[in-house]
Amino acid sequence: MCSYIVEKARLTGTAKGPGSEWMKIDTANVYYDHPYEAQLDHALCVDFVCEANGGRERVAIEISRESALELMEKIKAALASGDASHASAAEAKCSLAGTQAQVASLF
Amino acid sequence: MSYPGLIAETVSFQGHNGDKGEAYYARPAGNAKVGGVVVVMHMPGWDEWIIETTRKITHHGFAAISPHLYFREGTGSPDDLGARVRAAGGVPDDTVVGDVAGAMAYLRAQPNSNGKVGVIGFCSGGRHTYLCGCRISGIDALVDCWGGNVVVDDPKALNAKRPVAPIDLTEKMTAPLLGLFGNDDENPTADQVNRTEAVLKKLGKNYEFHRYDGAGHAFFNHSRASAYRAEQAADGWKKVFAFFKKHIG
Repeated sequence: MCSYIVEKARLTGTAKGPGSEWMKIDTANVYYDHPYEAQLDHALCVDFVCEANGGRERVAIEISRESALELMEKIKAALASGDASHASAAEAKCSLAGTQAQVASLF
Repeated sequence: MSYPGLIAETVSFQGHNGDKGEAYYARPAGNAKVGGVVVVMHMPGWDEWIIETTRKITHHGFAAISPHLYFREGTGSPDDLGARVRAAGGVPDDTVVGDVAGAMAYLRAQPNSNGKVGVIGFCSGGRHTYLCGCRISGIDALVDCWGGNVVVDDPKALNAKRPVAPIDLTEKMTAPLLGLFGNDDENPTADQVNRTEAVLKKLGKNYEFHRYDGAGHAFFNHSRASAYRAEQAADGWKKVFAFFKKHIG
């Protein structure tokens, strides 16, 4: 497409690339366009940057449309299973009544 | 047989607002007077492909200079600078026009100049070439390779950096224009290319358009396997060099 279209997501977190230190990130620049490196006609590209620090460094990915959709599903699944595990652990902290086996199965 | 020699190096040039930037300048070896070509880079950046392309043009007998349009972003790899420029919404048209004018002046100031200058651009560089053809005097040949957004269908796409659709400035174009397009391209689409041609025809401009079947965007770019179309690129390059030989040779 070769456009300047960029969707910006405001984030809280950190990112790390090979050989680099962890960097604070506050923005993901997301675009679907011709990639630079990936041998794809179009790629879903995400640049994780810290605009508060000038946005000069980035951790970047370029993935196929199908990969992006797969990743979205796995992100949702990871959040859901993480939430479920944390809920189980929270319940376990509140209630350790039961047999040894029953308590062990919570973890 | 022997191939012509060339000298190629990074030089300093004076761009928009008198800003000093870097450019890749290639010239044929020897003292012959030659036409000059400004090579306007594509959106991904001032990368290896555009540098190779600059040398290729010189191999065919022209002095060529490719100004680094993202030099104001500072140092970094071409893709990192390109990503930064994208996040900022691109470079302003006024800045690009100023930088191209500066690169033209550089060519004309060289002892090898025959006084004639052409401009060739790829992708966003194609659009910039069309725009420069409408805004800068003294250009002798224009080559627009798949420049998208010459026609702007969504008024919301116009902004402070790109306030005017180049198609709306076509009346001011004086140099002959060569346009090369892949019929499978999504920007510009075949319909947009047709509409651009209709405007050029209506205004009596000197132009020739060539459209290639089985090719999309960036079909000259051999570093992108998904885009490169060898047969179409070979034919396209022949047309480019014949056009430059005719108008600035």
